[in-house]
Amino acid sequence: MNHYFYFLSLVLLVMGLYCLIAKKNIVKKIIGIVITEYSINLFLILVGYRHGGIAPIFLKGMQHEELVQKGVDPLPQALVLTSIVIGLGTLALMVALCLRMYEKFKTFDMTKINTLKG
Amino acid sequence: MQTYYPLFTAIPLAAAFLNLLLAKISMKVSDYIAFLVTGILAVMSVEMLFEAPFIYAVGNWRPPFGILLVSDGLSSLMLVVINFISLLSVIFSMKYMTTYTAKPKYYSLFMLMIAGMNGVVITGDMFNLYVFLEIASIASYALVGFGTGKKELEASFKYLILGGVASTAVLFGIAFLYSITGTLNMPDLAQQLELVGMTKTVGFVVALFLMGFGLKASMVPFHAWLPDAHPSAPAPISAMLSGVLIKALGVYTIMRIMFDIIGRNELISAIIMFLGALSMVIGGLLAVGQKDFKRMLAYSSISQMGYVMIAVGLALKPGAELVVATLALIGGLFHLINHAVFKSLLFLCSGAVEYRTGTRDFRKLGGLIKKMPVTGSACAIGSLSIAGIPPFNGFWSKLIIILALFRGGYWIYGTVGVAVGFVTLIYFVMLQKETLFGKLPESLSKVKEAPFAMVLPLVILAALCVAMGIGYWAIEGQMLDSAANALLDKVAYMNYLIGG
Repeated sequence: MNHYFYFLSLVLLVMGLYCLIAKKNIVKKIIGIVITEYSINLFLILVGYRHGGIAPIFLKGMQHEELVQKGVDPLPQALVLTSIVIGLGTLALMVALCLRMYEKFKTFDMTKINTLKG
Repeated sequence: MQTYYPLFTAIPLAAAFLNLLLAKISMKVSDYIAFLVTGILAVMSVEMLFEAPFIYAVGNWRPPFGILLVSDGLSSLMLVVINFISLLSVIFSMKYMTTYTAKPKYYSLFMLMIAGMNGVVITGDMFNLYVFLEIASIASYALVGFGTGKKELEASFKYLILGGVASTAVLFGIAFLYSITGTLNMPDLAQQLELVGMTKTVGFVVALFLMGFGLKASMVPFHAWLPDAHPSAPAPISAMLSGVLIKALGVYTIMRIMFDIIGRNELISAIIMFLGALSMVIGGLLAVGQKDFKRMLAYSSISQMGYVMIAVGLALKPGAELVVATLALIGGLFHLINHAVFKSLLFLCSGAVEYRTGTRDFRKLGGLIKKMPVTGSACAIGSLSIAGIPPFNGFWSKLIIILALFRGGYWIYGTVGVAVGFVTLIYFVMLQKETLFGKLPESLSKVKEAPFAMVLPLVILAALCVAMGIGYWAIEGQMLDSAANALLDKVAYMNYLIGG
């Protein structure tokens, strides 16, 4: 049953890419990028998912075998934390650029922002 | 040297933050910090050339668990290219960036970009590679938009959106690799993938990586951002982006992953060769009609990277003879270094011209060789080498690549390579005619030679173009051979897991 969950991240990924390609508003494009990033984060978390898993911390009175059998993989969670932070950095830059573009062009419409050609 | 290996990223990272703090006291200080840091890194990278391959386990964690830094022929070659070009760009920036405000911020972003690129090149851990890739990319997005004019902002935003998708694809691929093998350590990944074999999932990962890293390397279906982004950045940054960034983030990563981790494969080889040929042709043809100095150079970057990619693709073919594969790789790597030298030379020249004349439109330029003799001659040497005129360096690398293609039996690709060489010659003759020779317009009659800090890097790079053309045999044995062998010897790379 577990692998059906992966469809969640696929759906998010497709939605994000659609938003990125089809929408003309640059704010919506930014939202699209963020959704795609989050779909990958979800995928990473699902890679480390284990049904009925416990936190990978060795507590007093716990058997080694119990931790090996039930403990979830902590690495994907660490990766997701890093990737969320990176995503935040990118998002901040995107929003800052978006604001500066609005000051210059007085519009959020990507089709009207076309000074570069050839 | 071995114990100082992480300093390649640590020094510029620390300098990026210190610089902003110290600049509060005096604006002057950031020039010196940037020069000092890039100077130290350049010296260190030259020393690295003489080191035998080694690994460095960060924090003394045993390799499959901790982060691993790997030094072999390829990474030391890339380190030299990155740090040497960045030193020259910093020298050029000292004068050039006075036309912009907020110089300390510029240097901080510059340092972050160097830290990211050095990190990508030295790391032996997949996720670490992604993190450094993002550091370098985010710094470069900001640097492209540094002028904050209409064009700069638009180019930066385009670059950011496409780069964001590419990074997402790379992370997706890494997540898949982790789910297949349960490891992120690159030598360990290579071993695990040997056991898994070439399944459909690995094929999907390869496709994701080709898209992600291919976009950073601006291979043709993913090239749309480059002709906007590279001309919009300040000239020293254009030189860094075209000269180094697309190679460190794109070509180096593709080489490292395809050769050392996934392993040589027929299909990947065919795809990379086809995309390389496509980049060569389309980039070259689009460059011909350009009226903007930097935009022409940007299209030519796409075309020249095509040469490198086609050589890499040929070497990836498992059936290829060892001689052909080595020849192709040596040609590709040599062209990579040469392109770093002459493309940054040309971009810096465009910066010097723009600094003195205030324009880079061909229709408003002309006859500059009389007014700016040093810049003009450097520019002429750069365009002759990129067009592949003997005895300059560009000729030898293209010759080796084309010879390897013919020897490997790829007659069509070889002919395409020769034809694109002619196209390159055409547009660089045009570039020279429109800017250096011909009639000097009235408006430019008072133009002077560029200042010393801008001329010095140009002279050094032009001298390198000539020296590497004539003294090719000197660097071939030491640098190129060990880099090519590092790529072709997958088993040696896997053995880094147990300490080389």
